[in-house]
Amino acid sequence: MSTKATGARAKLSLPVGERDHIIGPEHAAVTLVEYGDYECPYCGAAQLIVKEVQKVMSNSLRFVFRHFPLTQIHPHAEVAAEAAESAGAQDRFWEMHDLLYANQQLLDPAHLVGFAEELSLDTVKFVQELRDHVHHEHVREDFTSGVRSGVNGTPAFFINGFRYDGSWQFGPLLKALEDASVDANAI
Amino acid sequence: MVERTDNENPNGGSALKAETTAPDFTLSSGADEKVSLSDFRGRPVILAFYPADWSPVCGDQMALYNEVLPEFKRFNAELLGVSVDGVWCHRAYREHRNLHFRLLSDFEPKGEVARTYGVYRHGEGVTERALFVIDGEGRIAWSYVSPIEVNPGADGILNALESLSGKEVANVDKSNRRESQTKSASR
Repeated sequence: MSTKATGARAKLSLPVGERDHIIGPEHAAVTLVEYGDYECPYCGAAQLIVKEVQKVMSNSLRFVFRHFPLTQIHPHAEVAAEAAESAGAQDRFWEMHDLLYANQQLLDPAHLVGFAEELSLDTVKFVQELRDHVHHEHVREDFTSGVRSGVNGTPAFFINGFRYDGSWQFGPLLKALEDASVDANAI
Repeated sequence: MVERTDNENPNGGSALKAETTAPDFTLSSGADEKVSLSDFRGRPVILAFYPADWSPVCGDQMALYNEVLPEFKRFNAELLGVSVDGVWCHRAYREHRNLHFRLLSDFEPKGEVARTYGVYRHGEGVTERALFVIDGEGRIAWSYVSPIEVNPGADGILNALESLSGKEVANVDKSNRRESQTKSASR
């Protein structure tokens, strides 16, 4: 029991389901799950690449984002994640998600409320939810599911349920997704 | 205290495995504090040996464990980070990264505890990136040596803690059953 199966790829411990934020066709051949942190600069860089591969893969890719805030080194990561969830409760998760990544240096509560206004959210409800940490549990659930799936830092990607340990630069990531698409279609 | 051994193989030997007794030790966890493994008898201990303080932030193993602490706490487990860095280095690192667990200095004689656990890298003078989950009776329940550049995550630790707590529940069940059997026998 002293060794871990390093040969086997880590699997997503919590399958994608109704609790998740999903963008792209339901029956897409490939599902890409990202564990990310809005204050992490690497995640910010990866966001641009995810956007690019979404464009190229269009109908064959669905993308799922789960929170993995490293709150002790990124003081605004938790509140930003909760802000995305609060926007999600008003059906604007992905718009908020994009705004947060576009403004990674501006994730303090005042700016978050500004983003909510920009998206014409019910800001009273938004502020209330942030104050009461209504979405903390969901964020923590995301985080824990990541830890149990072997996520060791951000961003972390899973392709069709298996951890992708390769480079997330555009070329290699796209190739991995296209390969997964071929595999899925072959079944 | 551990006995100094001078006959390790030059590659550091192999890490102690599950089912062996965890050698006791006493190390400084600050300028005025020393802790011994035996201080934590009765509950699980996670020993996380890592090569050095100040590794890059986002993929940092200790930053991750800091976030996972609530999960470790659910198992009443104590996390102890161990490296060959001195107490002042550890202090600066802990403060900078907001780490909420102890970092022990395996500093003098250098790497003595790591040697005892078979996780010292002689060529480099640092410890392996190695994990030990030790049960409440001081026995190693699980150990794992990661490739030194790879953050091993926390899933292996949580799985080990989970199976330990499962065993405990099973033991309690067994002793309850035994008790009730004795009772019914005596009736």
